[in-house]
Amino acid sequence: MSEPLLEVKDLRVEFPTRRGTLTAVDRISFSIAPGEVLGVVGESGAGKSLTGMAIIGLLEPPGRIAGGEIRLEGTRLDTLPYEQMRRIRGRRIGAIFQDPLTSLNPLYTIGEQLVETILTHLDVSQAQARSRAIALLGEVGIPAPESRFDHYPHHFSGGMRQRVVIALALCAEPRLIVADEPTTALDVSIQAQIITLLKRLARDHGTAVLLITHDMGVIAETADRVAVMYAGRIAEIGPVRDVIHAPRHPYSVGLMGSIPKIRQHATAGAERERRPRLVQIEGSMPRLNAIPPGCAFHPRCPKRFERCDRERPEPIAIGTNQTACWLYAERGE
Amino acid sequence: MQNAANSGPLLRLTEVSRDFDVSRPWLNRVLEGAPHQLLRAVDGMSFELRRGETLALVGESGCGKSTVARLIVGLYTPTTGRIEFDGTDLATPAAAGLRRRMQMIFQDPYASLNPRWRVMDIVAEPIRVLGLAKSPAEIGERVAELLVQVGLAREDREKYPHEFSGGQRQRISIARALSGSPEFLVCDEPTSALDVSVQAQILNLMSALQEKLGLTYLFISHNLAVVSHVADRVGVMYLGRLAELADADELFAHPKHPYTRMLLDAIPDLEMSGNARTPVAGEVPNPLNPPPGCAFHPRCPHANERCRVERPAVLSHGTALVACHAVQEGRLSA
Repeated sequence: MSEPLLEVKDLRVEFPTRRGTLTAVDRISFSIAPGEVLGVVGESGAGKSLTGMAIIGLLEPPGRIAGGEIRLEGTRLDTLPYEQMRRIRGRRIGAIFQDPLTSLNPLYTIGEQLVETILTHLDVSQAQARSRAIALLGEVGIPAPESRFDHYPHHFSGGMRQRVVIALALCAEPRLIVADEPTTALDVSIQAQIITLLKRLARDHGTAVLLITHDMGVIAETADRVAVMYAGRIAEIGPVRDVIHAPRHPYSVGLMGSIPKIRQHATAGAERERRPRLVQIEGSMPRLNAIPPGCAFHPRCPKRFERCDRERPEPIAIGTNQTACWLYAERGE
Repeated sequence: MQNAANSGPLLRLTEVSRDFDVSRPWLNRVLEGAPHQLLRAVDGMSFELRRGETLALVGESGCGKSTVARLIVGLYTPTTGRIEFDGTDLATPAAAGLRRRMQMIFQDPYASLNPRWRVMDIVAEPIRVLGLAKSPAEIGERVAELLVQVGLAREDREKYPHEFSGGQRQRISIARALSGSPEFLVCDEPTSALDVSVQAQILNLMSALQEKLGLTYLFISHNLAVVSHVADRVGVMYLGRLAELADADELFAHPKHPYTRMLLDAIPDLEMSGNARTPVAGEVPNPLNPPPGCAFHPRCPHANERCRVERPAVLSHGTALVACHAVQEGRLSA
């Protein structure tokens, strides 16, 4: 594989509180190649959004990066002063957030917002910026971009607004896009349109995408590789196909099993048991102030043994996946 | 279950519509000549709910599915049409005692539980209001029983909602809904605020309770995969109207209405079969100004002149009910 575009190594994000420090992201490492889409899945509170925020340098204080490093094309981002980071954000990293309404300024037309972003990051004239903005709107699938240019965000529907946000993220041809739950606020039919769009843009522009979502279906459709996060750590990371069809970590196994799938319904007549129970993981994810020692998943794990509550497992390569689980420590396939 | 012997449908909606007044304020109307404006959220819905079944209503945001739920439990009154529960019109005085036989579970377990009440009081409220138990000891015992039934502990009676996670809160909501011993539960997106692994716990709990207590569910959801797991029959709504209503097996195996086909096609595919999906263009139109004829015609690949002018009636087609000219005329391949 070519030189990674983004490299995250042993990243830790902490929140100092009056009752001690909470570690929300705990020593995670991954990399993304140019043009690759890396999905990050996990349940609420797993630390996936914080990982994205740490990369774009927008962690809300008191949250802070407490260790590790983030490199974009060799440049260290985590130690950059605020002003320099501000220039990289938007220029080399684009961001798309969940709620398309709060990502746009309601007092400016979408044209003004696009032109402002383009002029901030690129050395072009006002007229060039305008034509680039119109071209971008067309590219993200907004019909009649010239006439929509002077409309305000409230004139657009949710799906159309999210397209505008994507156009904004693309303004300066960034190398990396961090997309945090880009389709969660949208209806399924619109969601499918946005996924297709993101995928096409990443392919056409060779842009790497960090796609953060809780929806495994979106990941399956979009990502090349996926990282499964649990309690601030990466439980398993590998090619999408392998993680979905042959998950190794007991948490990934449980997560896959608990997703309802459209069943190929058996012929009527098989009365009861025509509704198979979903696999369920007992309990819920621990709170940050009570992360168990050893493997964070061990209290809920059906396959735990004595080693799991004492030592934290490090990711081990099994086949194409990296899995942080003691089950695979000795075997090493 | 005093009426279990009765074999008619438990609930019947006949041509139910509900309008909301979304006009500008009076002064604007006078000064600017702005007209009265009505939004028809539910438009001529008719369906029946059989005893002991789960009927799911699905559709995108703004299609009126939650309004139907609220109409049934009486949080809204229908503008026109009739809602009958166990053969009695809910608008008549004779229906006063019927409401206690139905309960509702809401979407957001953070907003639907009073943060200043203990779980004991939350779950006991219907018992007290309906006078199902007299002495405090009896009420306490009943609450403990309900909590254990939904997978919580007796001791949780003394806690406040903030001490629980989202999934546990939804269990409290279910315990509260069950405390009045209802036969019929209206569940409005009961799992959409929850994480998948917790959603699985709640869905499993709901089907276990249905089997044990013989409950009837009206299950409102936008998630077709969830619906395929819980529903016996599925109704698909579009812009306040019923597009298709069929047995779950039939609907998922042989969807008929073009909108149903589109919805099924839009679900992200976990199998990664690599099937090229055709994301349907366009969005749900503004309900203030719905298109004439079939409401779906601007997005429908099969629309013709008739679809643009004539509203399709809900007609039976095989075992399903479908509102589509193309299906009735046999223009659509199966």
